[in-house]
Amino acid sequence: MHKTLGLTSAAVLGLLAIAGLAVGSDERGGWWGARGSEEARESRFSRADVPSVSFAPYTDACGSCHLAYQPGLLPARSWDRIMATLSDHFGDNAELDPAANAEIRRYLADNASDRTGFGRAPAFARSVAAAEAPLRITDTPYFRHKHHELPQRLVAENPQVRSFSNCQACHRNAEKGVYGEHDIVIAGYGRWDD
Amino acid sequence: MTTRTTSAGIVLALLLPAGVGAAPDAIQASYRAQGAGPFDAQAGASAWQRNIAAAGETRSCSTCHGADPRQPGRHPRTGKRIEPLAPSANPQALADEGNVEKWFARNCKWTWGRECSAQEKGDLVEYLKQL
Repeated sequence: MHKTLGLTSAAVLGLLAIAGLAVGSDERGGWWGARGSEEARESRFSRADVPSVSFAPYTDACGSCHLAYQPGLLPARSWDRIMATLSDHFGDNAELDPAANAEIRRYLADNASDRTGFGRAPAFARSVAAAEAPLRITDTPYFRHKHHELPQRLVAENPQVRSFSNCQACHRNAEKGVYGEHDIVIAGYGRWDD
Repeated sequence: MTTRTTSAGIVLALLLPAGVGAAPDAIQASYRAQGAGPFDAQAGASAWQRNIAAAGETRSCSTCHGADPRQPGRHPRTGKRIEPLAPSANPQALADEGNVEKWFARNCKWTWGRECSAQEKGDLVEYLKQL
């Protein structure tokens, strides 16, 4: 009787431990990934891969010309570089008055890939060498790894996409921070099945 | 009348636009206070189309906003849609003075390599508001 109980308990504990490891160790960070910022906590029950943007000043200032890229996609040091060089922002003048700049810089730093524990953000952060501060999300090793199978004709040579920076052309819920394979419909091509 | 109806009425009244002409006129008034004016829509139209060579490319207002400000524009690199700048097509366009000044500052520098004068801004607003 005792032996059976002991074995059963051990089996149950073992299964729980394995389940716990499975939930905790996948690259999305599982339940334990949802710490840190308020945005991370709000995004916890969504399908977001990085916390979605809920800070209106950022969307207003940085979503007029392109997707308001989620802060969880780059490390804080990259965001700092971008905010310090807005008058020449990839060839455009995106300058802000000092107060607005400071406010957005703070928001980006607080929610950067190396600050939020949520979803894929830590994986993005880990892939970037400490000495590097890439300006482009598309230059991060994690990004490149995830997109290396795509032929040119689907992206650069595809007039409806043109650039990897144009996330929402393929990732249909990019604005919500959802980048998983189930939401990919490549413009002019169709659903992408991994 | 119930409280709910009154509240709804107030909300509705606040949402109704004060008049499409109000904000651009107010913006021009502050340019006049800086000594600019009278404003000329034709000068604004010419300025809109003026091509400047910069950084190996040709730039003008129409580069992003299109030749016809009543139509949506498109960012040349990202492809992002830009809402029309003519208030007749888009009442939000010149509605907020702070917003207008922010975009004038950036875009005059990018397009013409310098800030626009109050006269130039007033002429451009004159052109846009009568479209």
